[in-house]
Amino acid sequence: MPIPAEAAQILDAEAIRRTLRRMAHEIAERNAAALAAGTLALVGIQSRGVEVAHRLLTDLEQFEGRRPAFGTLDISMHRDDLRRRPRITTIQPTHLPFVLEEKTTLLVDDVFFTGRTIRAAMDALSDFGRPARIQLACLVDRGHRELPIRPDFVGRELATAPTQRVFVRFSATDAGLPDGVWLEPAAQPRP
Amino acid sequence: MSADPANPDPSGWTRKDLVGIRELSAAEIQLVLDTATAFKQVGSRQIKKVPALRGQTLVNFFVESSTRTRTSFEIAATRLSLDVVNVSATASSLSKGETLKDTAHIFQANGADLIVIRHSSAGAAQFLAERLRACIINAGDGANEHPTQALLDAFTMRERLGDLRGRHVAIVGDILFSRVARSNIHLLTKLGARVTLCGPSTLVPRAFERLGVRVTHELDPLLPEVDVVNLLRIQQERQRKEYFPSLGEYTALFGLTKARAERLKPDALIMHPGPINRGVEIDSDIADSGRSVILDQVTNGLAVRMAVLYLCSNARG
Repeated sequence: MPIPAEAAQILDAEAIRRTLRRMAHEIAERNAAALAAGTLALVGIQSRGVEVAHRLLTDLEQFEGRRPAFGTLDISMHRDDLRRRPRITTIQPTHLPFVLEEKTTLLVDDVFFTGRTIRAAMDALSDFGRPARIQLACLVDRGHRELPIRPDFVGRELATAPTQRVFVRFSATDAGLPDGVWLEPAAQPRP
Repeated sequence: MSADPANPDPSGWTRKDLVGIRELSAAEIQLVLDTATAFKQVGSRQIKKVPALRGQTLVNFFVESSTRTRTSFEIAATRLSLDVVNVSATASSLSKGETLKDTAHIFQANGADLIVIRHSSAGAAQFLAERLRACIINAGDGANEHPTQALLDAFTMRERLGDLRGRHVAIVGDILFSRVARSNIHLLTKLGARVTLCGPSTLVPRAFERLGVRVTHELDPLLPEVDVVNLLRIQQERQRKEYFPSLGEYTALFGLTKARAERLKPDALIMHPGPINRGVEIDSDIADSGRSVILDQVTNGLAVRMAVLYLCSNARG
Protein backbone atom coordinates (compact mmCIF):
# COMPACT_ATOMS: atom_id res chain seq x y z
CA MET A 1 0.00 0.00 0.00
CA PRO A 2 1.59 3.30 -1.05
CA ILE A 3 1.97 6.05 1.53
CA PRO A 4 -0.29 9.01 0.57
CA ALA A 5 1.65 12.16 -0.34
CA GLU A 6 -0.19 14.20 2.29
CA ALA A 7 0.83 11.86 5.15
CA ALA A 8 3.04 13.47 7.79
CA GLN A 9 6.28 11.79 8.79
CA ILE A 10 6.32 11.11 12.54
CA LEU A 11 9.64 9.25 12.81
CA ASP A 12 12.55 9.08 10.40
CA ALA A 13 15.28 6.42 10.27
CA GLU A 14 17.39 8.09 12.94
CA ALA A 15 14.41 8.61 15.28
CA ILE A 16 13.43 4.95 14.87
CA ARG A 17 16.98 3.89 15.67
CA ARG A 18 17.06 6.02 18.84
CA THR A 19 13.58 4.89 19.87
CA LEU A 20 14.44 1.21 19.52
CA ARG A 21 17.69 1.64 21.46
CA ARG A 22 15.77 3.24 24.30
CA MET A 23 13.23 0.41 24.22
CA ALA A 24 16.04 -2.18 24.25
CA HIS A 25 17.46 -0.57 27.40
CA GLU A 26 14.03 -0.69 29.07
CA ILE A 27 13.55 -4.31 28.06
CA ALA A 28 16.99 -5.24 29.41
CA GLU A 29 16.36 -3.42 32.67
CA ARG A 30 12.96 -5.03 33.27
CA ASN A 31 14.20 -8.50 32.25
CA ALA A 32 17.70 -8.52 33.69
CA ALA A 33 17.20 -11.85 35.45
CA ALA A 34 15.70 -13.57 32.40
CA LEU A 35 18.45 -12.21 30.16
CA ALA A 36 21.13 -13.48 32.52
CA ALA A 37 19.44 -16.88 32.83
CA GLY A 38 18.99 -17.20 29.07
CA THR A 39 15.21 -17.41 29.41
CA LEU A 40 14.22 -14.30 27.42
CA ALA A 41 12.74 -14.83 23.96
CA LEU A 42 11.75 -12.22 21.38
CA VAL A 43 8.91 -13.15 19.04
CA GLY A 44 8.15 -10.86 16.11
CA ILE A 45 4.64 -10.81 14.70
CA GLN A 46 4.58 -11.13 10.90
CA SER A 47 5.38 -9.20 9.00
CA ARG A 48 6.86 -5.89 10.19
CA GLY A 49 6.89 -6.91 13.85
CA VAL A 50 9.62 -9.34 12.81
CA GLU A 51 11.82 -6.48 11.62
CA VAL A 52 11.20 -4.51 14.84
CA ALA A 53 12.04 -7.60 16.91
CA HIS A 54 15.17 -8.19 14.89
CA ARG A 55 16.46 -4.69 15.59
CA LEU A 56 15.65 -4.96 19.29
CA LEU A 57 17.54 -8.25 19.33
CA THR A 58 20.60 -6.64 17.75
CA ASP A 59 20.51 -3.75 20.25
CA LEU A 60 20.04 -6.09 23.23
CA GLU A 61 22.94 -8.20 22.11
CA GLN A 62 25.12 -5.12 21.72
CA PHE A 63 24.22 -3.64 25.11
CA GLU A 64 24.08 -6.78 27.20
CA GLY A 65 26.40 -9.15 25.39
CA ARG A 66 23.71 -11.81 25.46
CA ARG A 67 21.50 -12.90 22.64
CA PRO A 68 17.91 -13.76 23.59
CA ALA A 69 16.09 -16.54 21.73
CA PHE A 70 14.31 -15.32 18.59
CA GLY A 71 11.19 -16.44 16.78
CA THR A 72 8.51 -15.34 14.33
CA LEU A 73 4.76 -15.74 14.57
CA ASP A 74 2.09 -15.47 11.88
CA ILE A 75 -1.34 -15.00 13.36
CA SER A 76 -3.51 -15.32 10.21
CA MET A 77 -4.94 -18.64 11.38
CA HIS A 78 -5.94 -17.14 14.74
CA ARG A 79 -7.57 -13.89 13.63
CA ASP A 80 -11.23 -13.21 14.40
CA ASP A 81 -11.64 -10.66 11.61
CA LEU A 82 -10.51 -12.63 8.55
CA ARG A 83 -13.86 -12.21 6.89
CA ARG A 84 -13.72 -8.44 7.25
CA ARG A 85 -10.45 -8.22 5.39
CA PRO A 86 -10.62 -7.30 1.73
CA ARG A 87 -8.31 -10.00 0.44
CA ILE A 88 -6.29 -12.92 1.61
CA THR A 89 -2.57 -13.02 1.08
CA THR A 90 0.18 -15.46 1.82
CA ILE A 91 0.69 -16.73 5.33
CA GLN A 92 4.22 -15.98 6.53
CA PRO A 93 6.35 -18.51 8.42
CA THR A 94 5.86 -19.21 12.11
CA HIS A 95 9.21 -20.32 13.48
CA LEU A 96 9.76 -20.77 17.21
CA PRO A 97 13.07 -22.64 17.51
CA PHE A 98 13.03 -22.88 21.30
CA VAL A 99 10.89 -24.33 24.08
CA LEU A 100 8.35 -21.79 25.32
CA GLU A 101 8.03 -23.28 28.80
CA GLU A 102 9.86 -21.18 31.42
CA LYS A 103 10.53 -18.42 28.88
CA THR A 104 9.74 -14.77 29.34
CA THR A 105 8.31 -14.21 25.88
CA LEU A 106 8.35 -10.70 24.48
CA LEU A 107 5.87 -10.28 21.62
CA VAL A 108 6.93 -7.52 19.25
CA ASP A 109 4.78 -5.66 16.73
CA ASP A 110 5.08 -2.45 14.77
CA VAL A 111 1.77 -0.75 15.59
CA PHE A 112 -0.52 -1.31 18.57
CA PHE A 113 -4.15 -0.46 17.75
CA THR A 114 -7.21 -2.42 18.90
CA GLY A 115 -5.30 -5.23 20.63
CA ARG A 116 -6.95 -7.91 18.50
CA THR A 117 -3.72 -8.87 16.79
CA ILE A 118 -2.11 -9.38 20.17
CA ARG A 119 -5.03 -11.47 21.43
CA ALA A 120 -4.62 -13.67 18.34
CA ALA A 121 -0.86 -13.82 18.90
CA MET A 122 -1.34 -14.97 22.50
CA ASP A 123 -3.77 -17.65 21.31
CA ALA A 124 -1.28 -18.77 18.68
CA LEU A 125 1.56 -18.86 21.20
CA SER A 126 -0.45 -21.02 23.57
CA ASP A 127 -0.63 -23.69 20.85
CA PHE A 128 3.12 -24.06 21.16
CA GLY A 129 3.43 -24.15 24.91
CA ARG A 130 3.03 -22.22 28.11
CA PRO A 131 5.51 -19.36 28.48
CA ALA A 132 6.41 -18.22 32.00
CA ARG A 133 5.09 -14.78 31.07
CA ILE A 134 4.23 -12.80 27.96
CA GLN A 135 5.20 -9.16 27.50
CA LEU A 136 4.48 -6.83 24.61
CA ALA A 137 6.64 -4.25 22.85
CA CYS A 138 5.33 -2.01 20.05
CA LEU A 139 7.10 0.69 18.09
CA VAL A 140 3.94 2.81 17.90
CA ASP A 141 0.89 2.86 20.17
CA ARG A 142 -1.85 4.65 18.27
CA GLY A 143 -4.61 4.14 20.84
CA HIS A 144 -8.20 2.86 20.41
CA ARG A 145 -7.89 -0.34 22.39
CA GLU A 146 -10.86 -2.67 22.09
CA LEU A 147 -9.53 -5.29 24.52
CA PRO A 148 -7.95 -5.12 27.98
CA ILE A 149 -4.44 -5.46 26.54
CA ARG A 150 -1.70 -2.81 26.51
CA PRO A 151 2.00 -2.83 25.61
CA ASP A 152 4.70 -3.07 28.29
CA PHE A 153 7.18 -1.21 26.09
CA VAL A 154 6.15 1.58 23.72
CA GLY A 155 8.37 3.44 21.28
CA ARG A 156 6.07 6.32 20.50
CA GLU A 157 2.51 7.17 21.51
CA LEU A 158 0.48 8.71 18.72
CA ALA A 159 -2.85 10.45 19.12
CA THR A 160 -4.93 9.34 16.15
CA ALA A 161 -8.51 9.24 14.95
CA PRO A 162 -9.80 5.66 14.51
CA THR A 163 -9.98 6.00 10.71
CA GLN A 164 -6.54 7.56 10.30
CA ARG A 165 -3.96 5.18 8.90
CA VAL A 166 -0.46 4.77 10.30
CA PHE A 167 2.30 3.58 7.98
CA VAL A 168 5.46 1.91 9.24
CA ARG A 169 8.08 1.13 6.62
CA PHE A 170 11.53 -0.44 6.80
CA SER A 171 14.11 -0.53 4.04
CA ALA A 172 14.61 -4.21 4.90
CA THR A 173 10.96 -5.15 4.25
CA ASP A 174 9.78 -2.45 1.85
CA ALA A 175 12.10 -2.22 -1.11
CA GLY A 176 12.97 1.32 -2.11
CA LEU A 177 11.59 3.02 1.01
CA PRO A 178 13.59 4.52 3.88
CA ASP A 179 12.80 3.57 7.48
CA GLY A 180 10.00 5.74 8.78
CA VAL A 181 6.59 6.15 10.40
CA TRP A 182 3.91 8.27 8.73
CA LEU A 183 0.41 9.34 9.73
CA GLU A 184 -2.18 10.34 7.19
CA PRO A 185 -4.19 13.50 7.96
CA ALA A 186 -7.47 13.09 9.79
CA ALA A 187 -10.57 13.38 7.65
CA GLN A 188 -11.77 16.99 7.64
CA PRO A 189 -15.10 17.54 9.38
CA ARG A 190 -17.79 18.47 6.88
CA PRO A 191 -18.66 22.17 6.86
CA MET B 1 4.75 -10.33 -11.93
CA SER B 2 2.82 -9.60 -15.11
CA ALA B 3 -0.83 -8.72 -14.92
CA ASP B 4 -3.18 -11.60 -15.52
CA PRO B 5 -6.55 -10.48 -16.85
CA ALA B 6 -8.28 -13.46 -15.24
CA ASN B 7 -6.89 -12.50 -11.84
CA PRO B 8 -6.30 -8.81 -11.60
CA ASP B 9 -4.70 -8.99 -8.18
CA PRO B 10 -2.07 -11.71 -8.30
CA SER B 11 -1.27 -11.41 -4.61
CA GLY B 12 -4.76 -12.32 -3.45
CA TRP B 13 -7.33 -15.08 -3.68
CA THR B 14 -10.85 -14.08 -4.65
CA ARG B 15 -12.55 -17.39 -5.49
CA LYS B 16 -15.21 -18.84 -3.22
CA ASP B 17 -15.01 -22.15 -5.10
CA LEU B 18 -12.32 -24.47 -6.33
CA VAL B 19 -13.83 -26.23 -9.32
CA GLY B 20 -10.78 -26.99 -11.41
CA ILE B 21 -7.18 -26.13 -12.15
CA ARG B 22 -8.04 -25.12 -15.70
CA GLU B 23 -9.33 -21.67 -14.69
CA LEU B 24 -6.54 -20.85 -12.20
CA SER B 25 -3.61 -18.58 -12.99
CA ALA B 26 -0.05 -19.61 -12.18
CA ALA B 27 -0.05 -16.94 -9.43
CA GLU B 28 -3.17 -18.43 -7.85
CA ILE B 29 -1.63 -21.90 -7.92
CA GLN B 30 1.53 -20.57 -6.26
CA LEU B 31 -0.59 -18.82 -3.62
CA VAL B 32 -2.33 -22.11 -2.74
CA LEU B 33 1.01 -23.92 -2.56
CA ASP B 34 2.58 -21.18 -0.40
CA THR B 35 -0.41 -21.19 1.93
CA ALA B 36 -0.17 -24.97 2.14
CA THR B 37 3.44 -24.63 3.27
CA ALA B 38 2.22 -22.65 6.27
CA PHE B 39 -0.46 -25.23 7.02
CA LYS B 40 1.96 -28.14 6.68
CA GLN B 41 3.95 -26.57 9.49
CA VAL B 42 0.81 -26.62 11.68
CA GLY B 43 0.82 -30.41 11.30
CA SER B 44 4.17 -30.62 13.06
CA ARG B 45 2.98 -28.75 16.15
CA GLN B 46 1.90 -30.42 19.33
CA ILE B 47 -1.52 -28.83 18.88
CA LYS B 48 -2.44 -29.43 15.26
CA LYS B 49 -5.66 -27.48 15.31
CA VAL B 50 -6.05 -23.76 14.58
CA PRO B 51 -9.22 -21.72 15.09
CA ALA B 52 -9.18 -20.19 11.58
CA LEU B 53 -12.63 -21.38 10.44
CA ARG B 54 -14.27 -21.92 13.79
CA GLY B 55 -18.05 -21.74 13.76
CA GLN B 56 -18.46 -22.76 10.12
CA THR B 57 -19.84 -26.02 8.81
CA LEU B 58 -18.52 -28.21 6.02
CA VAL B 59 -20.51 -30.94 4.30
CA ASN B 60 -18.39 -33.68 2.82
CA PHE B 61 -20.72 -34.84 0.04
CA PHE B 62 -19.36 -37.93 -1.67
CA VAL B 63 -21.83 -39.17 -4.26
CA GLU B 64 -19.07 -41.39 -5.58
CA SER B 65 -17.24 -43.44 -2.98
CA SER B 66 -13.82 -42.50 -1.67
CA THR B 67 -11.95 -43.20 1.50
CA ARG B 68 -8.69 -41.33 1.20
CA THR B 69 -9.96 -38.04 -0.22
CA ARG B 70 -12.95 -37.92 2.11
CA THR B 71 -10.78 -38.70 5.13
CA SER B 72 -8.21 -36.14 4.07
CA PHE B 73 -10.83 -33.40 3.69
CA GLU B 74 -12.36 -34.38 7.01
CA ILE B 75 -9.08 -34.19 8.91
CA ALA B 76 -8.10 -30.97 7.11
CA ALA B 77 -11.45 -29.42 8.05
CA THR B 78 -11.18 -30.57 11.66
CA ARG B 79 -7.73 -28.99 11.95
CA LEU B 80 -9.26 -25.68 10.83
CA SER B 81 -11.92 -26.04 13.57
CA LEU B 82 -14.72 -26.56 11.04
CA ASP B 83 -17.69 -28.71 12.00
CA VAL B 84 -17.91 -31.58 9.52
CA VAL B 85 -20.88 -33.61 8.31
CA ASN B 86 -20.24 -36.58 6.03
CA VAL B 87 -22.92 -37.54 3.52
CA SER B 88 -22.67 -40.43 1.09
CA ALA B 89 -24.91 -41.02 -1.91
CA THR B 90 -26.72 -43.96 -0.40
CA ALA B 91 -27.41 -42.04 2.81
CA SER B 92 -28.67 -38.97 0.97
CA SER B 93 -32.04 -38.36 -0.62
CA LEU B 94 -30.41 -38.70 -4.06
CA SER B 95 -31.26 -42.36 -3.64
CA LYS B 96 -34.92 -41.33 -3.26
CA GLY B 97 -34.83 -39.38 -6.49
CA GLU B 98 -34.01 -35.90 -5.22
CA THR B 99 -31.96 -33.84 -7.68
CA LEU B 100 -28.36 -32.86 -6.99
CA LYS B 101 -29.34 -29.21 -6.91
CA ASP B 102 -32.12 -29.77 -4.38
CA THR B 103 -29.89 -31.89 -2.15
CA ALA B 104 -27.19 -29.21 -2.19
CA HIS B 105 -29.75 -26.50 -1.41
CA ILE B 106 -30.86 -28.54 1.59
CA PHE B 107 -27.26 -28.56 2.86
CA GLN B 108 -27.06 -24.81 2.40
CA ALA B 109 -30.40 -24.24 4.12
CA ASN B 110 -29.04 -26.32 6.98
CA GLY B 111 -26.24 -23.82 7.33
CA ALA B 112 -23.43 -25.43 5.33
CA ASP B 113 -20.74 -22.86 4.57
CA LEU B 114 -18.62 -25.20 2.49
CA ILE B 115 -19.55 -28.24 0.42
CA VAL B 116 -16.91 -30.68 -0.76
CA ILE B 117 -18.36 -32.71 -3.57
CA ARG B 118 -17.29 -35.82 -5.42
CA HIS B 119 -19.56 -36.88 -8.24
CA SER B 120 -19.38 -39.25 -11.18
CA SER B 121 -20.56 -36.56 -13.60
CA ALA B 122 -18.13 -34.02 -15.03
CA GLY B 123 -19.31 -30.51 -14.25
CA ALA B 124 -21.18 -31.36 -11.04
CA ALA B 125 -19.04 -29.01 -8.94
CA GLN B 126 -19.30 -26.18 -11.48
CA PHE B 127 -23.07 -26.67 -11.59
CA LEU B 128 -23.34 -26.19 -7.82
CA ALA B 129 -20.78 -23.38 -7.67
CA GLU B 130 -22.94 -21.31 -10.02
CA ARG B 131 -26.08 -21.85 -7.93
CA LEU B 132 -25.06 -21.78 -4.28
CA ARG B 133 -23.66 -19.19 -1.91
CA ALA B 134 -21.70 -21.91 -0.11
CA CYS B 135 -18.12 -22.59 -1.17
CA ILE B 136 -17.96 -25.56 -3.53
CA ILE B 137 -14.77 -27.60 -3.51
CA ASN B 138 -14.41 -30.18 -6.24
CA ALA B 139 -13.11 -33.48 -4.87
CA GLY B 140 -13.36 -35.14 -8.29
CA ASP B 141 -16.03 -34.86 -10.98
CA GLY B 142 -16.17 -37.79 -13.39
CA ALA B 143 -13.16 -37.79 -15.70
CA ASN B 144 -12.93 -33.99 -15.62
CA GLU B 145 -10.86 -32.63 -12.72
CA HIS B 146 -9.54 -33.44 -9.26
CA PRO B 147 -7.89 -30.14 -8.42
CA THR B 148 -6.72 -30.83 -4.86
CA GLN B 149 -4.93 -33.99 -6.04
CA ALA B 150 -3.02 -32.00 -8.66
CA LEU B 151 -2.18 -29.34 -6.08
CA LEU B 152 -0.85 -31.88 -3.61
CA ASP B 153 1.15 -33.57 -6.36
CA ALA B 154 2.69 -30.22 -7.31
CA PHE B 155 3.30 -29.39 -3.66
CA THR B 156 5.17 -32.68 -3.22
CA MET B 157 7.22 -32.11 -6.36
CA ARG B 158 8.03 -28.53 -5.38
CA GLU B 159 9.06 -29.63 -1.90
CA ARG B 160 11.55 -32.11 -3.34
CA LEU B 161 12.63 -30.43 -6.57
CA GLY B 162 12.11 -26.69 -6.01
CA ASP B 163 10.86 -24.62 -8.93
CA LEU B 164 9.04 -26.83 -11.44
CA ARG B 165 9.92 -24.74 -14.49
CA GLY B 166 11.70 -26.92 -17.01
CA ARG B 167 11.19 -30.09 -14.98
CA HIS B 168 9.98 -33.13 -16.90
CA VAL B 169 7.07 -35.10 -15.51
CA ALA B 170 5.82 -38.40 -16.95
CA ILE B 171 2.22 -39.35 -16.26
CA VAL B 172 1.81 -43.04 -16.93
CA GLY B 173 -1.26 -45.19 -17.28
CA ASP B 174 -4.92 -44.60 -17.69
CA ILE B 175 -5.06 -41.00 -18.87
CA LEU B 176 -8.32 -41.22 -20.78
CA PHE B 177 -10.45 -41.86 -17.70
CA SER B 178 -8.33 -39.89 -15.30
CA ARG B 179 -9.37 -36.61 -13.71
CA VAL B 180 -6.07 -36.68 -11.84
CA ALA B 181 -4.23 -36.61 -15.16
CA ARG B 182 -6.30 -33.72 -16.52
CA SER B 183 -5.80 -31.58 -13.42
CA ASN B 184 -2.10 -32.43 -13.35
CA ILE B 185 -1.66 -31.55 -17.01
CA HIS B 186 -3.28 -28.13 -16.52
CA LEU B 187 -1.31 -27.40 -13.39
CA LEU B 188 2.11 -28.56 -14.53
CA THR B 189 1.93 -26.78 -17.88
CA LYS B 190 0.84 -23.56 -16.13
CA LEU B 191 3.87 -23.80 -13.84
CA GLY B 192 6.17 -24.32 -16.82
CA ALA B 193 6.95 -28.02 -16.42
CA ARG B 194 7.19 -30.39 -19.40
CA VAL B 195 4.66 -33.19 -19.37
CA THR B 196 4.80 -36.50 -21.24
CA LEU B 197 1.85 -38.87 -21.13
CA CYS B 198 2.56 -42.56 -21.54
CA GLY B 199 0.35 -45.63 -21.79
CA PRO B 200 -1.46 -47.87 -24.25
CA SER B 201 -2.80 -45.93 -27.25
CA THR B 202 -6.35 -46.84 -26.24
CA LEU B 203 -5.89 -45.06 -22.90
CA VAL B 204 -3.57 -42.26 -24.06
CA PRO B 205 -4.99 -40.91 -27.31
CA ARG B 206 -3.01 -38.39 -29.34
CA ALA B 207 -5.80 -35.86 -28.80
CA PHE B 208 -4.14 -34.96 -25.50
CA GLU B 209 -1.35 -33.24 -27.44
CA ARG B 210 -3.75 -30.30 -27.83
CA LEU B 211 -3.22 -29.61 -24.12
CA GLY B 212 0.43 -28.86 -24.77
CA VAL B 213 1.91 -32.19 -23.72
CA ARG B 214 3.81 -34.99 -25.44
CA VAL B 215 2.24 -38.41 -25.93
CA THR B 216 4.19 -41.63 -26.19
CA HIS B 217 3.27 -45.29 -26.03
CA GLU B 218 6.68 -46.53 -24.97
CA LEU B 219 7.79 -46.23 -21.37
CA ASP B 220 11.34 -47.55 -21.49
CA PRO B 221 12.96 -44.77 -23.55
CA LEU B 222 11.15 -42.14 -21.47
CA LEU B 223 12.36 -43.24 -18.04
CA PRO B 224 15.94 -41.86 -18.08
CA GLU B 225 14.70 -38.40 -19.14
CA VAL B 226 12.19 -37.59 -16.43
CA ASP B 227 12.39 -35.92 -12.99
CA VAL B 228 9.08 -37.36 -11.85
CA VAL B 229 7.10 -40.42 -12.82
CA ASN B 230 3.48 -40.22 -11.70
CA LEU B 231 1.78 -43.60 -12.02
CA LEU B 232 -1.97 -43.56 -12.29
CA ARG B 233 -4.19 -46.35 -11.13
CA ILE B 234 -5.77 -48.61 -13.70
CA GLN B 235 -9.39 -47.89 -12.89
CA GLN B 236 -10.79 -51.34 -13.31
CA GLU B 237 -14.23 -50.12 -12.27
CA ARG B 238 -14.41 -47.71 -15.21
CA GLN B 239 -12.91 -49.91 -17.88
CA ARG B 240 -14.34 -52.40 -20.21
CA LYS B 241 -12.27 -55.20 -21.61
CA GLU B 242 -11.46 -53.62 -24.95
CA TYR B 243 -9.01 -50.95 -23.68
CA PHE B 244 -6.19 -53.44 -23.17
CA PRO B 245 -6.00 -57.21 -23.37
CA SER B 246 -4.98 -58.03 -19.80
CA LEU B 247 -3.53 -56.58 -16.63
CA GLY B 248 -0.53 -58.85 -17.16
CA GLU B 249 0.20 -57.31 -20.53
CA TYR B 250 -0.24 -53.82 -19.08
CA THR B 251 2.29 -54.57 -16.35
CA ALA B 252 4.73 -56.05 -18.86
CA LEU B 253 4.66 -52.85 -20.95
CA PHE B 254 3.93 -50.06 -18.47
CA GLY B 255 4.35 -51.36 -14.93
CA LEU B 256 7.16 -49.76 -12.91
CA THR B 257 9.18 -52.87 -12.16
CA LYS B 258 12.46 -52.95 -10.28
CA ALA B 259 14.36 -53.14 -13.57
CA ARG B 260 12.54 -50.10 -14.96
CA ALA B 261 13.03 -48.12 -11.74
CA GLU B 262 16.78 -48.58 -12.19
CA ARG B 263 16.59 -46.73 -15.50
CA LEU B 264 15.29 -43.60 -13.76
CA LYS B 265 17.61 -40.74 -12.78
CA PRO B 266 18.90 -41.39 -9.25
CA ASP B 267 16.94 -38.48 -7.77
CA ALA B 268 13.73 -38.93 -9.79
CA LEU B 269 10.55 -39.07 -7.75
CA ILE B 270 8.04 -41.90 -7.95
CA MET B 271 4.46 -40.82 -7.30
CA HIS B 272 1.07 -42.50 -7.24
CA PRO B 273 -2.23 -40.88 -6.24
CA GLY B 274 -3.49 -44.19 -4.85
CA PRO B 275 -5.11 -46.50 -4.24
CA ILE B 276 -2.26 -48.66 -5.57
CA ASN B 277 -2.83 -51.86 -7.45
CA ARG B 278 0.37 -53.47 -6.20
CA GLY B 279 2.02 -55.52 -8.92
CA VAL B 280 0.03 -53.81 -11.68
CA GLU B 281 1.18 -50.17 -12.06
CA ILE B 282 4.08 -50.56 -9.68
CA ASP B 283 6.08 -53.31 -7.99
CA SER B 284 5.39 -53.62 -4.32
CA ASP B 285 9.08 -53.12 -3.43
CA ILE B 286 9.32 -49.94 -5.50
CA ALA B 287 6.17 -48.50 -3.94
CA ASP B 288 7.73 -48.97 -0.50
CA SER B 289 11.22 -47.79 -1.47
CA GLY B 290 12.86 -44.53 -0.42
CA ARG B 291 12.33 -43.00 -3.85
CA SER B 292 8.60 -43.29 -3.65
CA VAL B 293 6.94 -40.22 -2.16
CA ILE B 294 3.50 -41.83 -2.06
CA LEU B 295 3.02 -41.31 1.68
CA ASP B 296 4.37 -37.73 1.46
CA GLN B 297 1.61 -37.10 -1.05
CA VAL B 298 -0.96 -38.17 1.52
CA THR B 299 0.51 -35.96 4.26
CA ASN B 300 0.81 -33.02 1.88
CA GLY B 301 -2.79 -33.57 0.84
CA LEU B 302 -3.87 -32.46 4.31
CA ALA B 303 -1.89 -29.22 4.08
CA VAL B 304 -3.12 -28.46 0.57
CA ARG B 305 -6.75 -29.10 1.49
CA MET B 306 -6.44 -26.92 4.58
CA ALA B 307 -5.09 -24.15 2.34
CA VAL B 308 -7.93 -24.54 -0.17
CA LEU B 309 -10.66 -24.55 2.49
CA TYR B 310 -9.07 -21.56 4.21
CA LEU B 311 -8.67 -19.47 1.06
CA CYS B 312 -12.10 -20.22 -0.42
CA SER B 313 -13.91 -19.74 2.87
CA ASN B 314 -12.28 -16.37 3.45
CA ALA B 315 -12.90 -15.25 -0.12
CA ARG B 316 -16.63 -15.91 0.33
CA GLY B 317 -16.66 -13.19 2.98
